Amino acid sequence: MDSALFVHRLHFAFTITFHYLFPQLTMGLSLLIVILKTMAIRTGDPHYDDAARFWTRIFGINFAMGVVTGIPMEFQFGTNWAIFSRSAGGVIGQTLAMEGVFSFFLESTFLGLLVYGEKRMSRAMHWFAAFAVFAGSWLSGYFIIVTDAWMQHPVGYTLADGRFQIASFAEMLLNPWAAWQYAHNMTASVVTASFVVASIGSFYLLMGAYRRFGETFVRLGVICGCAASIIMIFPTGDGQGKMIALHQPVTLSAMEGLFDTAQGAPLALIGQPDVEKLRLDNPVVVPNMLSFLTYQRWHAEVKGLREYPRDRWPDNIPLLYFSYHIMVGLGTIFVAAMGASALMLWRGVLFTRRYMLWMLMLLLPFPYIATTAGWITAEVGRQPWLVYGLMRTAAGASPQVSAGNAWFTLLGFMGLYMVLGLLFLFLVQREIEHGPSASGAH
Amino acid sequence: MPTLWFWLVAAAIAMYVIFDGFDIGVGILHFLAARDDAERARLLRVIGPVWDGNEVWLLAGGGTLYFAFPALYAASFSGFYLPLMIVLWLLILRGISIEFRNHIESHLWIPFWDAIFCGSSALLAVFFGAALGNVVRGVPLDESGLFFLPLWVNFLAPSPGNGLGVTGILDWYTISVGVAALATLGMHGALWVMLKTNGELHDRARVWRNRFWIAAGVFTVLITLESFSVQPHLAGSFRAAPWGFFFPALAITGFFGARFTRGLAAFLASCVYIAGMLCSAAFGLFPLVLPSNGEPHTSLTIQNSSAAAHGLSAGLVWWIPGMLLVTAYFVFTYRRLAGTVE
Ligand code: HDD
Ligand code: HEM
Ligand code: HEM
Repeated sequence: MDSALFVHRLHFAFTITFHYLFPQLTMGLSLLIVILKTMAIRTGDPHYDDAARFWTRIFGINFAMGVVTGIPMEFQFGTNWAIFSRSAGGVIGQTLAMEGVFSFFLESTFLGLLVYGEKRMSRAMHWFAAFAVFAGSWLSGYFIIVTDAWMQHPVGYTLADGRFQIASFAEMLLNPWAAWQYAHNMTASVVTASFVVASIGSFYLLMGAYRRFGETFVRLGVICGCAASIIMIFPTGDGQGKMIALHQPVTLSAMEGLFDTAQGAPLALIGQPDVEKLRLDNPVVVPNMLSFLTYQRWHAEVKGLREYPRDRWPDNIPLLYFSYHIMVGLGTIFVAAMGASALMLWRGVLFTRRYMLWMLMLLLPFPYIATTAGWITAEVGRQPWLVYGLMRTAAGASPQVSAGNAWFTLLGFMGLYMVLGLLFLFLVQREIEHGPSASGAH
Repeated sequence: MPTLWFWLVAAAIAMYVIFDGFDIGVGILHFLAARDDAERARLLRVIGPVWDGNEVWLLAGGGTLYFAFPALYAASFSGFYLPLMIVLWLLILRGISIEFRNHIESHLWIPFWDAIFCGSSALLAVFFGAALGNVVRGVPLDESGLFFLPLWVNFLAPSPGNGLGVTGILDWYTISVGVAALATLGMHGALWVMLKTNGELHDRARVWRNRFWIAAGVFTVLITLESFSVQPHLAGSFRAAPWGFFFPALAITGFFGARFTRGLAAFLASCVYIAGMLCSAAFGLFPLVLPSNGEPHTSLTIQNSSAAAHGLSAGLVWWIPGMLLVTAYFVFTYRRLAGTVE
């Protein structure tokens, strides 16, 4: 608790986890807004414009939060991870700068048009503004994922005198790890946005207010949410898992709580890893399943943690194991819940099944939990490496920034973010209460 | 190649100061030029659609600094740990106050955010100025290429006679640079308000332009004298390459232009003044990027802090088209928003 390294890690983890609560909605919602705008043009029905306008207002508040919490992320590489920045800046600095130049400028230019410009533009032009905001935010996701993927699976670099340098840009941008991570992560943000839209729609239907909007929101949320939830598991979640099996096998064993090597390794559904005694307590397992999922052969050998030297084990195995299981567990529940809703939607009975609407409404926080758990899996799983296999996390922090200074700023961020979070909830709640308006003016 | 990137980073930072500078300036004027709620709302409409885009220059400039000069990024960001974190908090508060103020019509909500907006803008100007002062003066870099400085000095303690005075991130010198920045951005913001409004708000902005102009002039002279005394390298640079006097000359031209021309010309003159001041500092320091005020051999220079050649040339391939694209966005945005704000 008192080592500076610990505080630097907590500092980064806290600020980025908070930051990412906002972009995940930004990215998914921008896609749903484009869909609503497209429907408005195709049907000529202003109802969809009104719906898009309502979500654009919420988008605006969310975006502002994403912007102000994103700026500290950029700075923290230098402030808290100076040694890492000095050695890897020539590589990861490039993609971070590209994010600013190619996506943040694009987003900020067109967001103004999307929010304030509707009355002064043609429908097609306004659609284009929505599309540009969507493109900008997805591009920004790409650059940041490429950056993270390089730390997970470094490619296209050279290493001399402890400094990483870019050797091939193409290789870095086309990192196979990044491709899977991007696909999985962006689908996750569509999941978040769909669940939020479906949840607010169900809320209106249950309250008996804004019926038509409620139905539109639930329909949109359920259709997109069902498709995205399935893609979360296959192919993207599966693809991510294969990448890990290939490049970070020790992480895979830790995520699965597999201590002993096995031919036909079991998949643990429940159980608590006991790192002292090197076993899983109270396990409920599916025999041979892990071997099959990883190598498509029921009796393939999967190495257990005991096979690897301890200094290569992720340093917080219980956290890793639980966050992974929370993500996968919730992912399975999402497919079931959205699948059932989609079926009822198709049969035309969803809007009258109040228990389904209750469920959709209450699901709202869970995609956020799943996404956060997923990132904790990815980042804790990367430990003890900062750049996998090449640079240890312990070697990357700023040596002259003491634990006391880092605690001071971490507590400052915690306080400030708590206030911001409350304000955010308060303002969004007001927007929801105020509701979508069918007038055409705002 | 590092020389080219040195000037590209300087240009990106200058763009940041010029663009975000005017909206920070508007924040400084928030209670000075605007008298009532309606006028303050108008001031916010003047910057509302552009402040976020302006602030992205900070990220673009910072990112460019990061990959072109990683060692400089690492040393300065970790060495200026506390002031940078404070800057981040100020940026957060400022952004939120702009975005949240108009969401609720209330006698409590609006003045609260007005005060946060104005206070954070003014403090940001001072902190940015002080940051520049620190870079010019130099910092106690050690053999590992890093440093740490206390946030402030005991302002009342007499300086020990070691020739350096007591240095901290905030000391008499850097604070004077901070005040100069406050006056400059106040003037810069006032010129933007004059351009974008008419009527009483415009006239009051002019009064404040004139006041800040005088303050900026006094402090510019003061910090110039101080800078040459705390950082001997500056005089050496200008002596070695007298063409460098072009930059101070630019700054002086811009400075007078900001007072004695009108409309867009005056605002552009103020941009020239800011760019001239920043380039003078950059020219004076070159090839140092972060001078050491202890052992001279620990200074960071463009050579010992830059990334390797391949990365720098690869960066150029996307940076230049990227900047052309950004220019196009800015031309588009500002043309669309041309004219005054009611
Ligand atoms: C709605 C959120 C969500 C849901 C339902 C799932 N995931 Fe996920 N997962 C993420 C959100 C997420 C994420 C937050 O987006 C991560 C973190 C990094 C990344 O790229 O995506 C992630 C990472 C991630 C990783 C990489 C961990 C690492 O890099 O070490 C794997 C192996 C999986 N996921 C696998 C799955 C599987 C098999 C799922 C099946 C149910 C699943 N995820 C559902
Ligand atoms: C939003 C998504 C992300 C979340 C929730 C997240 C979460 C975390 C967590 C929990 C840690 C602490 C791990 C530990 O100390 O055991 C961490 C560390 C870190 N992450 Fe991430 N991360 C995210 C994305 C990223 C991205 C995109 C990057 C790079 C561009 C990144 C770079 C780092 C760095 C540098 C550290 C500190 C060093 C370390 O402890 O490994 N993270 N992050
Ligand atoms: C270390 C990691 C990260 C850094 C340095 C970072 C940096 C930033 C910055 C500076 C902004 C504000 C941009 C503006 O002024 O317009 C921002 C916003 C954004 N970030 Fe992050 N970010 C990080 C992690 C992530 C992750 C993991 C994602 C998604 C995959 C993401 C996606 C976005 C998006 C889409 C925005 C747009 C605005 C919004 O948040 O609503 N960021 N980020």
